[in-house]
Amino acid sequence: MEAASDVVFRTLADPTRRAIFESLVRDGEQTVRALTDRAGVSQPAVSKHLAVLKSAGLVRDRPEGRSVHYSAEPKGLAPLIDWMSLYGAFWRDRFARLEDLLERMDP
Amino acid sequence: MTEPAAATRTLVIQREMPHPPEKIWRALTQGPLIKEWLMDNDFQPVVGHGFNFRSTPMPKWDGVIDGEVLVVEPNKKLSYTWNALGLESVVVWTLIATNGGTLVRMEQSGFRPDQEANYQGANYGWQKFIAGLEQVLAGLD
Repeated sequence: MEAASDVVFRTLADPTRRAIFESLVRDGEQTVRALTDRAGVSQPAVSKHLAVLKSAGLVRDRPEGRSVHYSAEPKGLAPLIDWMSLYGAFWRDRFARLEDLLERMDP
Repeated sequence: MTEPAAATRTLVIQREMPHPPEKIWRALTQGPLIKEWLMDNDFQPVVGHGFNFRSTPMPKWDGVIDGEVLVVEPNKKLSYTWNALGLESVVVWTLIATNGGTLVRMEQSGFRPDQEANYQGANYGWQKFIAGLEQVLAGLD
């Protein structure tokens, strides 16, 4: 679980790559060319980002004729959404603050 | 809740505190006190009341958690919805008087966004979740 989330996390840490991923989430399936037009980087760079996203399980590709269509793969985000650890850390911290407050409050 | 059991996850934190339930109830339900340990808010312990918890805004996330009060049983049970960054969840506080004080139990149940049903129509929240995730994680450390 840790390792999987590390991969997804690292993959989305790059702003350009994250923008490409968000574009696929927002606007659905797109070709490399369409993504390049928006990304503001070269087509090889976009292809490289897509390859990284694909290996992390965040996008899937679908060849059609000469072009390849890419779309977001929601399930790839599952390792990131380790809800329990996210909110676990949050609530443990807040419980400590609550106990601290109770010490300071009038009875 | 018609989602399959696998779609839900529950987090439980339970702790005994050397204070009476009435005092803890105040900390859980009075806005200025909630602000001291949880977040800025416009909370009111009234069933059906819609409120916000407001944390520090971050890039692409306004820091707002939307909630609605579901259950108010003074000094015993408090429940509200907790919706943020595309995650819908319910928080239930239970206070049980003990010899030395109160057993405080917090249970948060939510739906995993990798469930197809939760994705449909929730794309915007999902995007915000992705964009805000790093900052959220950083803020929680």
